[in-house]
Amino acid sequence: MTGKQPFEAIVAAHGATVLRVCRAVLGPVNADDAWSDTFLSAMKAYPDLPEGANVEAWLVTIAHRKAIDITRASARGPVPVAQTPDDSAVPAAGSPGHGLDGDLADAVAGLPAKQRQAVAYHYLAGLPYAEIAAIVGGTADTVRRAAADGIATLRRVYPGAAGPRTKGEACVHR
Amino acid sequence: MYTGDLARDLARAFPAAAGDVRRLHGRLAAAADRDGILDVAYRTVDTPVGPLLLAGTEAGLVRVAYASEGHDAVLEALADRISPRILNAPARLDAPARELDEYFAGRRRSFDLPLDWQLSAGFRRAVLSHLPEIGYGHTASYATAASLAGHPKAVRAAASACATNPLPVVVPCHRVIYADGRIGRYLGGPDAKRTLLTLEAA
Repeated sequence: MTGKQPFEAIVAAHGATVLRVCRAVLGPVNADDAWSDTFLSAMKAYPDLPEGANVEAWLVTIAHRKAIDITRASARGPVPVAQTPDDSAVPAAGSPGHGLDGDLADAVAGLPAKQRQAVAYHYLAGLPYAEIAAIVGGTADTVRRAAADGIATLRRVYPGAAGPRTKGEACVHR
Repeated sequence: MYTGDLARDLARAFPAAAGDVRRLHGRLAAAADRDGILDVAYRTVDTPVGPLLLAGTEAGLVRVAYASEGHDAVLEALADRISPRILNAPARLDAPARELDEYFAGRRRSFDLPLDWQLSAGFRRAVLSHLPEIGYGHTASYATAASLAGHPKAVRAAASACATNPLPVVVPCHRVIYADGRIGRYLGGPDAKRTLLTLEAA
């Protein structure tokens, strides 16, 4: 008796979050492939996942590696087009003209990779900085700094992102 | 420095609509099946005896479950007994779903499906594997079920085999009743058993 949940429950609980993270880290074009690669790989390894492991952190770790693979592959290959026929029914998030929040998505896409990852893994996946450091390298402090730098840039280029600019501003790094 | 507004705006900038996740889930199920890691696929079908859960391995149909058994509990048991690599992946269950549909419409009298017997072993499995010999529209006693499996005296064991049938409806334990005509126990409850026997008597 392993007491492990059916993998279906893992997809139901974390599928949406991992998709947001993939979209933030990679943009709309490659996010679907990253999601698919992540969950296929996770499903393969799932029986060996230790009991009590943090499933969300485990999935983000896999997604992080898949995103690196995809980024390398597309750097070698032709420049991807913004929309494939598969996407036609769904407006791609972050694509130009996507709507109100396209600007914020574009601003995130413009961040350096380390900052983009720190922002996505902390603010979208809800992982603590120490967990993120274990995934991307560095220390909790360097990751916290990268996230703060990223957020500062987002606030500058997309002021709406911060909401009412009232509390907490003093803590923003730099 | 964390503000709820920023997290909210980011979540809105990178949406994950239910339809998108569903579409990707479908892609995952197909890829997992292709790669041979979809150890258990399942779906539910609506029938006159309520929603039935159908679960299949690569070998065949491995479990049919009534709603009264608790479909979530059944899936968790399958994760323990077989593998946690389980997805809602209807395609693998197309043939069982179609044959059950025909059966409940009165157009099918026996099932022609690959069955995976791994959830049943020993004498219980012997009893269950002989039950299809009790023809559509007929009933037999637990003593007869025991005899079919080669042990006429093992009546109680035959009854417990029927009570733990992992493949109800398809493996017709509902055709086994008490010798005095009482309908007896059934996984799906006595009403479901009566419904099946009435359907087959028509």
